[in-house]
Amino acid sequence: MSANQHALLIDRGNLRRRNAVNRAASWASTIAALLAVAVLILVVGSVLLKGIGALSWHFLTTPTALFNESGGGISNAIVGSAIIVGVAAAIAIPVGILVALYTTEFAPARIAGPVRFVLDVLNGVPTIITGIFVYGLLVVPQQGQSGFAGSIALAIVMLPIVARTAQEVLALVPSTLKEASAALGIAHWRTVLRVTIPTAMGGLVTGALLGVARVAGETAPLIFATSIYRQGMLTNPGEALASIPIFIFHQSEAPSPEAHTEAWAAAFVLIAVVLLLNIVARAFYARSQRRMKA
Amino acid sequence: MEPQPQDPPTMTESEREPRAPEAATEAAVPFQSPAAQASAPRAHRGRDEGDVELRKLSAYYGSNQAVKEVDLRFAADKVTAIIGPSGCGKSTMVRCINRMHEEIPSARAEGEVLLDGLDLYDERIDVVAVRRAVGMVFQKPNPFPTMSVFDNVVAGLRLTGASRGEMDDRGREALVGAGLWDEVKNRLKAPGVGLSGGQQQRLCIARALAVEPEVLLMDEPCSALDPVATLKIEELIGELKQRVTIVIVTHNMQQAARVADTTVFMLDGELVEVGPTEKLFTTPDDERTEQYVTGKFG
Repeated sequence: MSANQHALLIDRGNLRRRNAVNRAASWASTIAALLAVAVLILVVGSVLLKGIGALSWHFLTTPTALFNESGGGISNAIVGSAIIVGVAAAIAIPVGILVALYTTEFAPARIAGPVRFVLDVLNGVPTIITGIFVYGLLVVPQQGQSGFAGSIALAIVMLPIVARTAQEVLALVPSTLKEASAALGIAHWRTVLRVTIPTAMGGLVTGALLGVARVAGETAPLIFATSIYRQGMLTNPGEALASIPIFIFHQSEAPSPEAHTEAWAAAFVLIAVVLLLNIVARAFYARSQRRMKA
Repeated sequence: MEPQPQDPPTMTESEREPRAPEAATEAAVPFQSPAAQASAPRAHRGRDEGDVELRKLSAYYGSNQAVKEVDLRFAADKVTAIIGPSGCGKSTMVRCINRMHEEIPSARAEGEVLLDGLDLYDERIDVVAVRRAVGMVFQKPNPFPTMSVFDNVVAGLRLTGASRGEMDDRGREALVGAGLWDEVKNRLKAPGVGLSGGQQQRLCIARALAVEPEVLLMDEPCSALDPVATLKIEELIGELKQRVTIVIVTHNMQQAARVADTTVFMLDGELVEVGPTEKLFTTPDDERTEQYVTGKFG
């Protein structure tokens, strides 16, 4: 009897093969992970190497030179990007979070499901199409580009990202907390404001930051909305504003090698900002995870 | 409840004749929400407030009937334990008393739940207010993770527009009532989730007491706790029954025997037997009760 049981512990002829498959699978997945990291390092590294020649304090604090000639800087593009993305975030974050609250807390399942699907589809729309849409919606009727039109385009790109992440984190709030609140005689909307949102806050911030990081580098929607702008520092979103992605686009099309270097340098600035946003977003997410587990 | 000559003048028809099914909706006194009654100072509370009666109560999940036409009364200021095997509908039945059952999609209840004669399923009832009159403590301690110890306790009060001073008083009172004050008085601003499991559960009891309910439902409140913490909660139940009607669902028959004045045995959604705790555990009337309490099934 016991001999029979213990026979199961002994190699049945395929142990060597199973160990080999095991090793191969873990090596393959390790290599895949390293490849992903390597691509990031290659991109950041090559952008830095090619752009470092133009990176300087002067570059960061001076507006673009006349006719996009080299020797200028990107201060107007940094400010322009900040304004365009800031206005987009001011539109998309509240709307996105409200959409998520509606679908997770208030809407019946037969509405929440389709809304989720629509957001996924919206997330998959190529951004150039969003750009054309805004061109037709705002730029043509207004007879001119504007930073505001760019913000609307970016807000449309950002909305599904913010809403979907917010849905995910709101769904993670333990139902026992909502139950506890309801059982105290706290109305549902107050429970949402005082229990659900504070508990999910870290995740909501994460979603918002990821949305900002995603659209900060968007170029296609801005080409139609805000790419032909005046010289110098511009801050009025009623007229076309400069932006880092469009600066990169212009400089990379320019004939001079110095302009190309400037494009690389601007690209590095953009990547650095996006990376920083992602790191901050992750920190917030980790914090909210700890809070939910507690 | 027998008609008493010295009944307070606010007694309704329905309370004098609890058996008349339509009496509850024809209450002679102006409609008063359970919350309004609950927020009256506790010192003025009569001995017979917090009396709960179930009449033909049925509860469903979709088409599955989890509680089958239960008639049952929970006397004020008594501890009633509900025992029975898993899935017999005891938690579901208790969740009907504060109308939490219907929070689950596709769940519904039929029949009447009378709180001092007032049908909590009447269409004029404010469901949110019901939950202030009938508090609840859950299986696992669930303090709000974003709030401090003190904010947890006054969470229910804050939303009813209590003043700062009132919250301080009643929050403290609730912590004392839950036997937690001495342990947390120096860490009221610390996160509620930093307490031990047993302390967290007493924090949840304090949180429920702070809104001054007439009835406290406890759904297996000790199932996640160690024996020492369990003992503390059981002692607390003995003290609290002076203040509130307590209905406790428990898997633990020894616990029922220790804390309850009355014990109810349920099986497959039906009420099998109800009686004084000692009688139910020693000389039950029903054969199934005897089999269950002697460990032959469940």
